[in-house]
Amino acid sequence: MALTPPDDATLTRAGLAATGQGRTLLIACGALAHEILALKRLNGWAHLDLQCLPANLHLWPDRIPAAVEQAVCTHRAAYDDIFIVYADCGTGGLLQAKCAKLGVQMIEGPHCYSFFEGNAAFAAKADVEFTAFYLTDFLVRQFDAFVWRPMGLDRHPELRDMYFGHYTTLIYQAQTDDPALDAKAMDCARRLNLAYQRRFTGYGDLATALAPVAAAAAAQ
Amino acid sequence: MADDEIILADLSDDELVLQMHDDLYDGLKEEIEDGVNILIERGWTPYDVLTKALVAGMTIVGNDFRDGILFVPEVLLSANAMKSGMFILKPLLVETGAPRMGKMVIGTVKGDIHDIGKNLVAMMMEGAGFEVLDLGINNSVEKYLEALEAEKPDILGMSALLTTTMPYMKVVIDTMKEKGLRDDYIVLVGGAPLNEEFGKAIGADAYCRDAAVAVETAKAWVARKHNQLSA
Repeated sequence: MALTPPDDATLTRAGLAATGQGRTLLIACGALAHEILALKRLNGWAHLDLQCLPANLHLWPDRIPAAVEQAVCTHRAAYDDIFIVYADCGTGGLLQAKCAKLGVQMIEGPHCYSFFEGNAAFAAKADVEFTAFYLTDFLVRQFDAFVWRPMGLDRHPELRDMYFGHYTTLIYQAQTDDPALDAKAMDCARRLNLAYQRRFTGYGDLATALAPVAAAAAAQ
Repeated sequence: MADDEIILADLSDDELVLQMHDDLYDGLKEEIEDGVNILIERGWTPYDVLTKALVAGMTIVGNDFRDGILFVPEVLLSANAMKSGMFILKPLLVETGAPRMGKMVIGTVKGDIHDIGKNLVAMMMEGAGFEVLDLGINNSVEKYLEALEAEKPDILGMSALLTTTMPYMKVVIDTMKEKGLRDDYIVLVGGAPLNEEFGKAIGADAYCRDAAVAVETAKAWVARKHNQLSA
């Protein structure tokens, strides 16, 4: 199986198709494709297959549970197990309820900002960081597609402070060490008129959540 | 001047109101201010300008947002235009009087700084004749309770955008129950990650999907409350 993800634009609009190779299928957000494929490569998890749903579902979180359900139903017969690599992601508990109904497990946490940081650590900072706006590697690369244009800031920059007036800091949660992404994230902060902070998180709870899934798949 | 430029002052009242609906839809702040001033100069009551030109126009915007035709940026521009019209009308409404539907205290819950939805609700509630005290963002249970005590509203509205902050609404409602205050108020909740089930689970009276639903729900619950009191 190829361990190179498609380009971000494809991950945003189309996602990534499963290869059919592997015992367990990970159904994930397209925004996590690079990170999951990196973990597969680092850990030799060839027995985990990956399908990514379009990352731009995040622009309509209410569509995520149905999209996940459809993917599970489509692929269930072809795999021993399925694991959902979405956090709650703004579904207000509906994705968790859907997964419970489908009998599949999902990663814990409110969103990827939380599990990249580590859910416990992220929750512990909630009282002091609630004015922070978070970006991950993917979101830094796709800042215009996921933040600037959907919020209409390309057409109406005067709306910026209505969206971001109460934020103070842009925190770039870096999954990788990439000076170019650091520079781009800093520029994103400038465009949003926010202070900038880079915080290296690596893969956080994404790695620790997938490890037992991979181990269970290997034992089957 | 372009040949097809519309001179608002040359339009009849009916044409002007329809044009203002279009201008609200397009988020044209200055045109809305002009339209409001023209109608007032023509002898319209501030209440009629508010309801027939602004609220009716914003209702079209709200419906198209609900139906996926308009998106948040366009709604914000429309809201800004309506706000500028209401800024002119507010002092006039105080002078001339307008039907009062009830009073609402509204705020975004603790740990949450997102106020776009809450601001839209507050504006549409005001447009519908409710007196609104807006507590802003990041409100603790103590702040909500202080406002309830001081303002004695009919309705408490709470808003949250985050999965992590929406459970705080239950903290507020549970504290109201502990203090024996819960049944004194209509509690409405809203925000992107919320849903009907969540509203029921935390003990709110209703979940409101958007600003238009919030207004209709508020009207219905206030009428019900008044009926109970007069029974």
